[in-house]
Amino acid sequence: MLQVTDLHVTVEDKEILKGLTLTINAGEVHAIMGPNGAGKSTLSAVIAGKDGYEVTQGSITFEGQDVLEMEIEERAQAGLLLGFQYPVEIPGVKNIYLLKSALNAQRKARGLDDMPAPEFMKLVKEKLGFMKMDASFLQRAVNEGFSGGEKKRNEILQMLVLQPKLAMLDEIDSGLDIDAMKVVADGVNSLRAQERAILLVTHYQRLLDYIVPDKVHVLVDGRIVKTGDAELAKQLEANGYEGIEESAA
Amino acid sequence: MATEEMEQLVRREYKDGFVTDIESDTLPPGLDEDTIAFISKKKGEPEWMLEWRLDAYHQWLKMKEPSWAHLDYPPIDYQSISYFSAPKRPEDGPQSLDEVDPKLLETYEKLGIPLHERAALAGVAVDAVFDSVSVTTTFKKELAEAGVIFCSISEAIRDYPELIKQYLGTVVPVADNYFAALNSAVFTDGSFVFVPEGVTCPMELSTYFRINAANTGQFERTLIVCESRAQVSYLEGCTAPMRDENQLHAAVVELVALDDAYIKYSTVQNWYPGDEDGKGGIYNFVTKRGDCRGARSRISWTQVETGSAITWKYPSCVLRGKDSIGEFYSVAVTNGRQQADTGTKMIHIGEGTRSYIVAKGISAGKSDQSYRGLVKIGPRAKGARNFTQCDSLLIGDKCGAHTFPYQEIGNSTATIEHEATTSKIGEDQLFYCRSRGITEEDAVSMIVNGFCKDVFQELPMEFAVEAEALLNVTLEGAVG
Repeated sequence: MLQVTDLHVTVEDKEILKGLTLTINAGEVHAIMGPNGAGKSTLSAVIAGKDGYEVTQGSITFEGQDVLEMEIEERAQAGLLLGFQYPVEIPGVKNIYLLKSALNAQRKARGLDDMPAPEFMKLVKEKLGFMKMDASFLQRAVNEGFSGGEKKRNEILQMLVLQPKLAMLDEIDSGLDIDAMKVVADGVNSLRAQERAILLVTHYQRLLDYIVPDKVHVLVDGRIVKTGDAELAKQLEANGYEGIEESAA
Repeated sequence: MATEEMEQLVRREYKDGFVTDIESDTLPPGLDEDTIAFISKKKGEPEWMLEWRLDAYHQWLKMKEPSWAHLDYPPIDYQSISYFSAPKRPEDGPQSLDEVDPKLLETYEKLGIPLHERAALAGVAVDAVFDSVSVTTTFKKELAEAGVIFCSISEAIRDYPELIKQYLGTVVPVADNYFAALNSAVFTDGSFVFVPEGVTCPMELSTYFRINAANTGQFERTLIVCESRAQVSYLEGCTAPMRDENQLHAAVVELVALDDAYIKYSTVQNWYPGDEDGKGGIYNFVTKRGDCRGARSRISWTQVETGSAITWKYPSCVLRGKDSIGEFYSVAVTNGRQQADTGTKMIHIGEGTRSYIVAKGISAGKSDQSYRGLVKIGPRAKGARNFTQCDSLLIGDKCGAHTFPYQEIGNSTATIEHEATTSKIGEDQLFYCRSRGITEEDAVSMIVNGFCKDVFQELPMEFAVEAEALLNVTLEGAVG
């Protein structure tokens, strides 16, 4: 589904990713772990198309399409969706409006008509209940005055409504207490499906107790230095990244 | 995103740029006493009105064009302007829509103002100003039953001279400022609204202004009076056809609110801003002032300004009556090479007076915009309160936004709050929306409309919808 090959990325003339290769197939859950500054968030940002990241070498393809040639919104329309570590506030724009616009923009790109309002409301309310969010969330401005936990839940809510093919979640666990983490994890787990892949970027193993990945990659200094299963994450928790770096070196 | 790409997107053509082919009864360029006498005679005005105009003219001759505004434009040659232009049949003007020149109706259609439908559907009485003469007025009967007078200012001068003598020039004196003096001398039309004691005007009153003949300065004069406990909501909207010569517009609007009266004045302004180089746009020098003359009276200005090459406009409130309230809600959008120096003045004179200012400025392209606001609290205005919120949004990196807040506080019991922000349209916000699949244009429109929401919600419903649409057209593709 997603193929990243020998990806080199620089940010402000500094090379962050130094030849990263990664293959994700439909139905898989991958976790990328690594110390701060290793380039974890850079990877998901580049895939989503954020400005300021220069790809100097390598390629990214999604279902055979050259991702780097696509506009940001085209990537989302193709089914690539990024859940943000720090979602921005958009004053004056209602959450429900953003959701509806996003869903219908994606439908339009796929040649579908707008979802009828009653159907849309039913869908949103169902997902809202799943994320244990109050209906008042929909009427509030996007992320404005949301607590850290509320913002993260809101990101997952969008995923549940938009149903991407590849959901990328950047440090979705940061700043969450244990209850909020469970809700977020339940949301993510509900996304697991044969036709869908999930890419988790996280610093801590904790999240992976709740969302058990099929594959764990350790990213150190711009490269994946080790790949394993969920057990690898537990080893990391016990031994830290330094042990991995040494063994990789 | 790349700056060049953004610039390309910022460029857009003026959608209302066309000229209606109606023969005008137009005065040759130039301004002297004869010009003023011609206008006064053409309007069938009484002698006292001509004297009033001439007095204004003589004062204007002694005045200097203001230069303090943060605006840059070539000197205006007042002798090169024609001061009167009227559609061909002013004498036997149309009595109903059927008699209106179909071309004119077509013009309104192009502007998306289906007059008859609009009036019927929305219950809005429309006093349409085409060039300088009122062409049609609807719903007069219903208004008359309520005792509300809504007519052109020329009619009012002829039919209600006592009211005009009592109120005209009492809020904006003839020599108030350079442009107001010019307007007082040569104004050709505009609206008059009088709502008698205790009456709530049964419908929203609306006027669409349109400048049409080339080289014609348009000088509107509007006077709205609400007696005690009277209420009215007045809507003003304008748009103009594409032109090569700069067109001067210097309107004066006066509002008078007596005890417990409430006047809500909403404007959506979409005059031709000029081409990409700023050529041909409207110069808009407007004096708008409301006088809260009575106790507990309230005047509320809401404006959405998207047009004009140059805007010089400060809708103000003089809070004379005890516990009176002045409000100013503004969205000003500049794009291309537009320049705007706009804001408000809240003059607190009476005890317990309150004012509330929410100004949102959006600059895109190579435009330049200033907010200029004065809050003045007089020595007798005990316990006066003001809240000002002033936000600027920049789109791209070639535009400018400036804030000039002035405060003059004459007593120690006043409370003043001022909040100001300037932000670039968030790259992060744009990325966030786009990464959800929303196109760049829609994302900008969404973010900008969100930014303006506090002001839009002050507009009457159908106007708010228009304002949003207008904003989207104005900023079509203006991305940063």
